[in-house]
Amino acid sequence: MTTRRTALKTMAGAFALGMGGLHWDMVRSAAQAQSVKRGGTLVFAISAETPHYDPHGSDTFATLHFCSPFYSTLLRFNLSKFPEVEGDLAQSWTAAPDLLTYTFKLHPNVKFADGTALTSADVKATYERLRNPPQGVVSTRKATFSDIGTIETPDPLTVVFKMKAVNASMLEHFASPWNVIYAAKDLGADPASPRTKINGTGPFTFVEHAKGSHVSGKKNDNYFKKGLPYLDGWRGVFTLQAAAMLNALQGGQVMAEFRGISPAERDRLVQTMGDKIRIEESSWTLNLLVAFNTEKKPFDDVRVRRALLLAIDRWGGSQGLSRISTLRSVGGVIRPGSPFATPEAELVKLPGFSKDIRKSREEAKKLLADAGVPNLKFTLWNRNLAMPYTPAGIFLVDQWRQIGVEVEHKQSDTAPYLATMNAGNHDVAIDFSNLFMDDSSLGLAKYLSVDRAPENRSRSKDPELDKLYDDHLRERDSEKRKGMIRAFEKRLFEQAYQQPLLWWHRIVPTHKVVMGWKMSPSHNLGADLGEVWLNQ
Amino acid sequence: MLRYTANRLLLMIPTLIGVAVLVFFLLRVVPGDIVEVKLRGDGGSVSQETIELERKRLGLDRPLLVQFGDWMVGMATLDFGKSMWTERPVIEEIAIRLELSLQVAIMATLIAVLLAVPMGTLAALFRDTWIDYVVRIVTIGGLSIPSFWFGMLIMLTLLALFNWLPPITFTPIYVDPIANLTQLIWPAMAVGYRYCAVVARMIRSSLLEVLNEDYIRTARAKGVYEKLVISRHALRNALLPAITVIGLEFTFLIGGLVVTEQVFNLNGIGQLFVQSVSRNDFTLIQGMVMLIAAFYVFVNLLIDLLYAVFDPRIRYD
Repeated sequence: MTTRRTALKTMAGAFALGMGGLHWDMVRSAAQAQSVKRGGTLVFAISAETPHYDPHGSDTFATLHFCSPFYSTLLRFNLSKFPEVEGDLAQSWTAAPDLLTYTFKLHPNVKFADGTALTSADVKATYERLRNPPQGVVSTRKATFSDIGTIETPDPLTVVFKMKAVNASMLEHFASPWNVIYAAKDLGADPASPRTKINGTGPFTFVEHAKGSHVSGKKNDNYFKKGLPYLDGWRGVFTLQAAAMLNALQGGQVMAEFRGISPAERDRLVQTMGDKIRIEESSWTLNLLVAFNTEKKPFDDVRVRRALLLAIDRWGGSQGLSRISTLRSVGGVIRPGSPFATPEAELVKLPGFSKDIRKSREEAKKLLADAGVPNLKFTLWNRNLAMPYTPAGIFLVDQWRQIGVEVEHKQSDTAPYLATMNAGNHDVAIDFSNLFMDDSSLGLAKYLSVDRAPENRSRSKDPELDKLYDDHLRERDSEKRKGMIRAFEKRLFEQAYQQPLLWWHRIVPTHKVVMGWKMSPSHNLGADLGEVWLNQ
Repeated sequence: MLRYTANRLLLMIPTLIGVAVLVFFLLRVVPGDIVEVKLRGDGGSVSQETIELERKRLGLDRPLLVQFGDWMVGMATLDFGKSMWTERPVIEEIAIRLELSLQVAIMATLIAVLLAVPMGTLAALFRDTWIDYVVRIVTIGGLSIPSFWFGMLIMLTLLALFNWLPPITFTPIYVDPIANLTQLIWPAMAVGYRYCAVVARMIRSSLLEVLNEDYIRTARAKGVYEKLVISRHALRNALLPAITVIGLEFTFLIGGLVVTEQVFNLNGIGQLFVQSVSRNDFTLIQGMVMLIAAFYVFVNLLIDLLYAVFDPRIRYD
């Protein structure tokens, strides 16, 4: 909490000095103190397989768990002090007092896997691709970098970002794990090449991708962080079925699963493996949310939407669902417990979060009657993943049944599920918000008008929310920013376009021999494996 | 015989063309757009313009008949196109998985046949004795227990008893036969059990029927040794329906082991099929349907030819 505020204050000052280089020394010293053992191959499970190798055009962890070890980013999150950022390719950096210029000094002698030296031109080419993707290239973070005006490269190791407008979260975005740096020459030859070809500056180099089976990497002997990585190599095995993954963990075929497992799966591993397994837990920057398609009747009526949200007993649901699924915390649009989150005392005053569920449901029935749909029937569109989508769907069906609403629960594979929502063919959907940090510029973006945020599954258009978002983005005072987030949240929940159902709880199992991996609230972070070692 | 085989091979062509027409046009009728799934499936903010450009790049903006014509021409030259999802050649995508699926199918067939023939024969010969009862219990168990469930039991038993599991990544048999067999023997056993049960019951009932035929009585009356009666006269005829079942089951195993593949974390054709359907990867689905159809047609031909080998009365000429 303090680190975030401190970071903002520092940025608002004359400059912020990067501490990247110093930090690895500290990491290495700490690691050496634990008698780091070098060598070995880490084998871990990846519960999905990426369709391509380009994190710029992806939003799934499957791409990051596959690609991160091969690439570097400009900055990265310091997971020991999350959400503080530290240098990755950037040796140091400064931010102008007006936050309109960011200057990065790159590490010298950084090489891509193909032997080409990294220069500021590579960073420029990468960010140009991110903010203005050429035809045929997908950049899912195009909007994030729309505030960048120009990118200058005064010398081979300096890159300067000139902003069109202030974005108080810019440093965090530079640390985003998705924004991996590609070689300018690769992009020049074929801007779409990162989809099928891997050439990065990360701690490992690509060995093979056996489709449907596994991906593997070997130690990058030219890695610019001297002494890293510790492992000789790694292998990520695609285990699409949870039971297969658990068996593999128990049988020792894999040593970890870094995304997260359910409480029941955790209990089974602990029971069967005892002290051979390490379990780490954290709240998760992921939530499931209920989205009403405001382009369809009767969900174009705020009374109907609001009634349906009022009927959900989140507090009771949290207790029950947390025992059987990865769902746990009740919260608003920002992860509960994080610096900008709405405290419980304020949250319970917002529509849909009252602890007096009986009163809420009475109000819900009245609203439905007023809207002329006392016997509402609709389809709830959901993803066919057992955890936690299925229990969430069943929970919602039951909650709405209690106010006389009949719901057909329809689950489908991930791709058609998302495609259906994107096309606006759903009535009501269980959607998800997948963030890599707690920053409000990310957390709130999903709720912007659909013409600005296609991932807004309610397809709502609300200029008032858009304005609140834009104003908050430019606000550098964290307290004022917090107030704007509250106002945004109040407007969003009063209009009831969509609302978080529950936030997830992350449980990561690793064999005790796996050392140096750091837990964080996001499964998208810490996937480069550079500091991981095996105590065997 | 040769003429018959040639005729059947020629008949495969219209059959496969029919399958091609059905699969191509039915896929286009089913709602869903590969480009939408591909570019917006991860939740990305992709403009409609990019979607249209991608559709154009994949050739999906062309008239359906033109697309179909191109696909048919490609198939005639064994070019099945590229997967719209991974953009790798369909043949390559299938080949990686086919090796594994084919091996599991062959191993399961061997297990099934090696167990089913003696089991079915003994059950028929010792009808209503304890041997028959044991065989019936075992085979009913095989029919009742789904293969994937049996597979899970195998895995959990291995874990509980030996704290060991087979490897979960595929090693081709020519690279490391031990590692390969260590991995694939378990799924082959899991599906082979059900397969064996089907075949054993078929052999038992078929053999019981044959044993009551006049020619068996005649052979026995002539004083032919009982072993020869069984092996040369009875079993040979009783195997005919079993051969049909074996052939059909074998073809099913190529693409039908979706859940079993998941249990053993096998990278087989079944999983690929499900994934490509959920992604609307038209070219890959078409390629796999054609492959499986070709397998079915070919195995059926093989079964018919085997009929002639086992039953001298059948002369296709």
